[in-house]
Amino acid sequence: MDESFVAMKEMPSMHSVSRVIQEAHSIRTIFINGKIESKPGQFIMVWLPGIEEKPMAVSYLSSSEFGFTYHTIGKFTKACDNLKKGSTIGIRGPYGNPFSIRKNALVVGGGVGMASVSTLIDALENPVVINGARNKGSLIYMERFSGMIVTTDDGSFGRKGFVTEPLEDELSNKKFSIVYTCGPELMMKKVFEICEKHKVDCEASLERVMKCGFGICGNCLVDGHILCTEGPVFGSKILRNLKEFGNSARLKTGKKASLKEYYGWRS
Amino acid sequence: MASHQKRYKDDNSVKGMLSTSICGIKLSNPTVLASGILGITRQSLEKAAANGAGAVTLKSLCTVERRGLSGPNMFVFPGGMLNAVGLPGQGMDNAIKDFEALDNFSVPVIGSIFGSTIDEFGIAAKKMASLKPAMIEANISCPNIDYHEPYYSSIEAVEKITKCVKANSGRIPVTIKLSPNVYNIAELAAAAEKAGCDAITAINTASGMVIDIESGKPILSNKSGGISGPALKPIAVRCVYEIYDKVNVPIIGTGGVTDGKDAIEMIMAGATAIGIGSACYYRGVSAFRQICDEMQEWMRKHKVKGLDEIRGKAHG
Repeated sequence: MDESFVAMKEMPSMHSVSRVIQEAHSIRTIFINGKIESKPGQFIMVWLPGIEEKPMAVSYLSSSEFGFTYHTIGKFTKACDNLKKGSTIGIRGPYGNPFSIRKNALVVGGGVGMASVSTLIDALENPVVINGARNKGSLIYMERFSGMIVTTDDGSFGRKGFVTEPLEDELSNKKFSIVYTCGPELMMKKVFEICEKHKVDCEASLERVMKCGFGICGNCLVDGHILCTEGPVFGSKILRNLKEFGNSARLKTGKKASLKEYYGWRS
Repeated sequence: MASHQKRYKDDNSVKGMLSTSICGIKLSNPTVLASGILGITRQSLEKAAANGAGAVTLKSLCTVERRGLSGPNMFVFPGGMLNAVGLPGQGMDNAIKDFEALDNFSVPVIGSIFGSTIDEFGIAAKKMASLKPAMIEANISCPNIDYHEPYYSSIEAVEKITKCVKANSGRIPVTIKLSPNVYNIAELAAAAEKAGCDAITAINTASGMVIDIESGKPILSNKSGGISGPALKPIAVRCVYEIYDKVNVPIIGTGGVTDGKDAIEMIMAGATAIGIGSACYYRGVSAFRQICDEMQEWMRKHKVKGLDEIRGKAHG
């Protein structure tokens, strides 16, 4: 038998919450005591005993604690709102294919999608970061990262408009080796198309309904790719051939739906 | 050039070594993607086939769209895996639009169905038959569904379901997937055979539970679920052995097969084909090819030319 036959990271272990911070309106970070060997872009499965289990990006990482940042939307995240210092939750993982780490990088985060690129920003050397959100109240990590280019859809903070506008400017003015992105899928699709136009590599962190996290339940497939093990981070080579990227996703039942229906069902 | 030809010839003989026929369906090797693993989309079936599966099985579908259970649905413990996904599925009508046909894959496709009533088994079978799978699997054994009666442990129910599914499947062979969570699995297999099934798939997962002692709660949201992986294998081997003694129809031996030696063991117990599920976690989707390579290695070492030579060898 392979050495990998018993991998305890696939079974939840209980950890205590060390602190909670409010990042923005309806967006919080739960910090957890303990150490996890997670690479930028990887995720964990968070279990609230008696409630539910969901995949969450590791958004903070240090030698003594790690954290995940969530937007309160449904049953699970509403239950997360009740977590406080000393609460215990189950964690398994980390899972997934991480971002590559390259020099001379640009990072584009949209809304709570910033959570999936935050430990990447920590790991990169002076990246240019574009952080976009609906409005001022939805922007996260404003104090955590300095020198970001900030956009809001309604112009309540920073540049008015979408992240794609400063992205165009940056790629036109300077040569970047790679663009990393996470946010709403239509935004990422746009970011990818702009990268293609400027012939710059892109890595995007995608999201689908996930059950096992280790590649066998088959719920999270995007085209022929198992998102939880081959992704969630996909590079340009794969993104170019993904018919479902920016178009469709599978609901919990496995039924194919438009992205609009998929996101409508989730919220 | 000569070396090229030699390699080609070897490849052919290799194919021959593992080639298997079940209910008249020719398989290049006996490994079959088990139902419930991947199997939700056309691409996932193609992925298993591209990684060496001799045949692939759809995740079980019924007549209605189902969301399944909330998580945790699945995790790995030392020795095996526990799951309670609750049979989510898009339903047969959506699947017919989604898959269009099942007879145009690179390998034979088994269409798996279930129902919450005997009539529903029949309706699902008829709809599945319209997609022209190579075989229809009636999954009567999922431990996570509340049947109106315990189908999987009742001889009468097994007979009724088998007859109903057969009547609605036309000429497509039907296999009945049995549960190990019964007193005498061989009697149930015999009942299915008497009622006209063409094959038996044994086994589904064994019922189990893991409790997290820190929170004091069972980990699965469903509390109990089905054990698969290495922990299931001795149970599966015993079941296949007992069924082989009792019936003449071929058996798709399923449960915990992770490497080539496990597969050989299952064949010796009496299996014709080998279901592969959790191994896709332990070894990745390439498990099919790895298992085939290991079976061949073992066969060469033991001068076994074909699987017929060792099938059921553990008996008598």
